[in-house]
Amino acid sequence: MNSGIDLQGTFIESLQDLGLTPGLAKLLWMPLPMGLMLIGATIGVLIAVWLERKISAAVQQRIGPEYAGPLGVLQPVADGIKLVFKEDVIPAKSDPWLFTIGPAIVVIPVFLSYLIVPFGEKISITDINVGIFLWIALSSIAPIGLLMSGYASNNKYSLLGGLRAAAQSISYEIPLALAVLAVVMMSNSLSTIDIVEQQSGYGILGWNIWRQPVGFIIFWIAALAECERLPFDLPEAEEELVAGYQTEYSGMKFALFYLGSYVNLVLSALVFAVLYLGGWESIIPIENLGALFGISENAPWLQVIDGALGITMTLIKAYFLVFTAILLRWTVPRVRIDQLLNLGWKFMLPVALVNLLLTAALKLTFPFAFGG
Amino acid sequence: MNIAEGVQVVSFFILSATMLAAALGVVLLSNIVYSAFLLGGVFMSMAGIYLLLNADFVAAAQVLIYVGAINVLILFAIMLVNKREDFSELPGRWIRKISTAVVCAGLFVLLGAMVIVTPWAIEPPSTAVVRETTVVIGKHLFSDFLLPFELASVLLLMAMVGAIILARRDFIPEQIQERETALTLPERPRELDALEGGTGK
Repeated sequence: MNSGIDLQGTFIESLQDLGLTPGLAKLLWMPLPMGLMLIGATIGVLIAVWLERKISAAVQQRIGPEYAGPLGVLQPVADGIKLVFKEDVIPAKSDPWLFTIGPAIVVIPVFLSYLIVPFGEKISITDINVGIFLWIALSSIAPIGLLMSGYASNNKYSLLGGLRAAAQSISYEIPLALAVLAVVMMSNSLSTIDIVEQQSGYGILGWNIWRQPVGFIIFWIAALAECERLPFDLPEAEEELVAGYQTEYSGMKFALFYLGSYVNLVLSALVFAVLYLGGWESIIPIENLGALFGISENAPWLQVIDGALGITMTLIKAYFLVFTAILLRWTVPRVRIDQLLNLGWKFMLPVALVNLLLTAALKLTFPFAFGG
Repeated sequence: MNIAEGVQVVSFFILSATMLAAALGVVLLSNIVYSAFLLGGVFMSMAGIYLLLNADFVAAAQVLIYVGAINVLILFAIMLVNKREDFSELPGRWIRKISTAVVCAGLFVLLGAMVIVTPWAIEPPSTAVVRETTVVIGKHLFSDFLLPFELASVLLLMAMVGAIILARRDFIPEQIQERETALTLPERPRELDALEGGTGK
């Protein structure tokens, strides 16, 4: 493969040309990807919230937000500003420390997980060996934050909601991890970049969705359950538990929960796109198109177009999945807690195990198609 | 010392300090819920130290298993049986306290001696960074660590079967309920009499 655009190298080199030492130039580079990650995740959430409002409105034959900016695009920003300026109430008999730390523990791992999402061969924050495993590990921290905020609120609805959320999160982590494991087994690597590259070359035909028809359904159901989206939103079921573990929260702490849930939704969609929909790959294989027209694949303008196309493709796939999640919200009813746990342990877990076993068998039998 | 080494040293000291403080908190705090949450902090700092040792897979597994599974399980257990009760003062409690202190000090001396006596230097000292840690771990698990690996999986399987049998009450014969033995499970469904005792019957 060609080297592609090396942003870090170029940035450090240009700073060195200005007379800075290599160490200092690297130090100046380091906060940039982190800041970009935070900004990118937040903008992704703003778009997801706007989409949620508009699509929900369209499903219910309403118009939705209209006056804040063109087509109401500024409505999520207005929501955010409102939440920032709201009074931050800590209930009288709650545990103020745990009450404050809880939302942070829920949100920080989700933002950290953005580290592993690649938008192009070189356009990723890091390429770590354990990539996708890091995402699974980090997402398992969230239940502690949920239990913490549920307990600290000193409210029976909050405690019940927190316990439900943690139980749901643990139960669906296992099918999720098994579905991911089947993909990892085919690409022989935990790195997200390797997983995408294993699907590249044949356009839409090479995507894992064809090789893992059961795996991707399990993954999507489990991911929806992890994000507490309908039909699995029973930790915050309004009719039963007021708002679950969020009942006592207001202002910025509530905003953290809200932000966390949407960041998690967008993140799950991105990871789904990486695992099953070929990440930054286009529907038709275009990397050979340059060679067809006799353009060197190291031409700078081609690389810029390639990178832009990669980011666009990843985002299109991810937001298509967000769209299906929002449609699902207005299509299916909420399940009960016993149905949820039965589905998780008695159906998804065995099916995911069989899927893993089948993938291993197919990998041994057809090594050319299943990444031998 | 360049930036990378500086960051490593600073993070090592921060991680060690948080780990020691959180571990002391687990033991010394009287509120058991705080202890459980601080235990999560101990596990997280341990994962950070694994990361500093270039063991990325072990660090992620530490977070997944210890923080995500074991600590959550402990929290669940605490929150489901969170019964606030005042313990009555036992006569001669100081004997227990002193014996506990002796046992703990003995353990500490034993572990300290082990730390000092063990030759920690690996021969030959390799500075090569292992890129594919998962591959190396997998090879070890299926060659020289095969027996411990298989034994651990058998142990976990036994624990799982036991848990299922305990959860499915129909496997336990019913006549145990008649006799009041020490083996009666505490969470057995109590008789309605006992439940209505508080209503002034």
